[in-house]
Amino acid sequence: MELLLFNIFNGLIIGLFYALMALGLSLILGLNGIINFSHGAFLALGGYLAYSLTPTIGFWGALLVSPFLVGIIGLVVEHLLIRPLYERDPLYSLLLTFGLAMIMQDLVRTFWGATGLPFSVPAALSHPLSDVYFFVTGYRVFVVVLSLTATAALFALLQLTRVGVRIRAGNADLETVSALGINIYRLRAINFGVGILFAGLAGVLAAGRLGLTPTMGASLIMPSFVAIIVGGVGSLLGSLVGGIIIGVAAGLVTTYYPAASDVVIYLIMALVLIVRPRGLLGQEGLLE
Amino acid sequence: MNTPVAEETNRSKAASATGTTGATRWLPALVVWGLLLTAPFWLPLVGGYTSLGSRVLIFGLVTMGLNLLLGFTGGLSFGHAAYFGLGAYGTGLMLKFITASTPLAMLGGMLLGGLGATLFGPLTVRRRGIYFAMITIAVGQMFYFVAVRWNSLTGGEDGLTGFSRTNIHLGGWVIDLHQPLVFYYFTLLFFAIGCVIVWCVLNSPLGHTFIAIRENRRRIRFLGVTTGVYIWIAFAISGFLAALAGSLYALLNNFTSPQDLNWVLSGDFVIICVLGGMRTFWGPLVGSVIYVVAQDYLSSITVNWMSFIGAIFVAAVLFFPWGLLGFFQQQMRK
Repeated sequence: MELLLFNIFNGLIIGLFYALMALGLSLILGLNGIINFSHGAFLALGGYLAYSLTPTIGFWGALLVSPFLVGIIGLVVEHLLIRPLYERDPLYSLLLTFGLAMIMQDLVRTFWGATGLPFSVPAALSHPLSDVYFFVTGYRVFVVVLSLTATAALFALLQLTRVGVRIRAGNADLETVSALGINIYRLRAINFGVGILFAGLAGVLAAGRLGLTPTMGASLIMPSFVAIIVGGVGSLLGSLVGGIIIGVAAGLVTTYYPAASDVVIYLIMALVLIVRPRGLLGQEGLLE
Repeated sequence: MNTPVAEETNRSKAASATGTTGATRWLPALVVWGLLLTAPFWLPLVGGYTSLGSRVLIFGLVTMGLNLLLGFTGGLSFGHAAYFGLGAYGTGLMLKFITASTPLAMLGGMLLGGLGATLFGPLTVRRRGIYFAMITIAVGQMFYFVAVRWNSLTGGEDGLTGFSRTNIHLGGWVIDLHQPLVFYYFTLLFFAIGCVIVWCVLNSPLGHTFIAIRENRRRIRFLGVTTGVYIWIAFAISGFLAALAGSLYALLNNFTSPQDLNWVLSGDFVIICVLGGMRTFWGPLVGSVIYVVAQDYLSSITVNWMSFIGAIFVAAVLFFPWGLLGFFQQQMRK
């Protein structure tokens, strides 16, 4: 029983990493219309930057600063490389971010080394909160709370602010939004930056839980795609739900049949695609 | 993206899509086959080796099949390494556990990969554009994890070893596949078969439908054509060709690794098509030459070869979107 709870809780944490990443990917997929393969590389960059910043500004400072730094790098990348591709076939932005992911992963490896690095979280967070459920450490609870807070903030941004309304409107019909006199280039840049910021945040949180390796992002990005497909393309809430579902499912399966824990999320995806091709919360008719 | 072809007939449309018109129609093919048939003799002169030639042919075969879907039908598949890898694993497993016959093992690998594509194709064809791409990646990645986790059968992360290609006995003749030179021509034979298949498809009504779907999917739908079925057919054909190539790849290396199934390899296949020119018949082969040679060379001179390969991706997208042959084609039209 404890093992089961342990694995489900673990799955929930991993699922939240997937969800944070899927939210960013989903945002960018929606308004910018690109699959950002380099998302995982930005995630790794977030983790590594936090690692290098921690000695100077401490864990809390790094947690705050690193995602924004990554977001700013994202803005630069968007401006220089991605902006020229908006009017072109989606194939090209896909290939560009794919190549970018290779370059970034290689640079991270060159700067910080190929071997894994430990990323220690403050002692206040690493103690178990309960004697029986030893796995409920402060850090894991913290990850859950912070992920949900960040997600809530994102939804508030989209629902309540002017920029958020424009982003949502742009998802529905970018041409009309542009015709109404809104600078869609700036809008897409902001959107891209916010998406990358989420990748950076997920990177810092994942570093504390999984440690740092140059390929950490590459191993998280595939399940994030699955989370988007399961949750439904075009739905941010779907990405969140999808991430949590596959994370918990993988955790559950780990208890009974560890070898299948990677495969099960793809089976869930295949099942969803057969029964409900648009995903659990996906919009009808979107690019069908 | 749409070329104005309204006044052209179907026939010349297919011809322009395959890169040739009128009298020059057979010239590129003659040059290509001349070079390929003599490759083992001039490759050492330019610093290459025979197995490098075989690799170029194998990558050319899989990307030519992929291009049928990618360049001619407009289906953005980012998961073809899965079917390539299934072909490789199928062949390796057959040789290791079931039979010592190379042709039978190849058939097994080809069926495994081809039927895999045929079976999983319908999951993807309902969406288009980037979502099609995303679903093909994720579906493809499923096979990767099966190969990594099913340790007892596939050797897990270390890959499948313990098999090797065997000689083929044809009546009194023995084809000694162990010699790289013989294996090169063996590969060339299957590459040629692949080319003929793709050529015939492109010049048939089926191929014309593929191109029409690429040009304007909605309009074709209005004509009462079930576009999904045609994309599925393109998916299946390209899956079979990918599996055939994968099977040859397993024989070439006498080894299969999970990397042969990974989405990174799928990305390589797509960039190969783009580098050579997606809208051209020989583009994938040209792309394979560039890519395989670049990778072989870069990984021998620098540990940061990944950055350079990535830079090739970025540069190709930003400055060379039509690929080498597409670029020449445009110059010739002017």
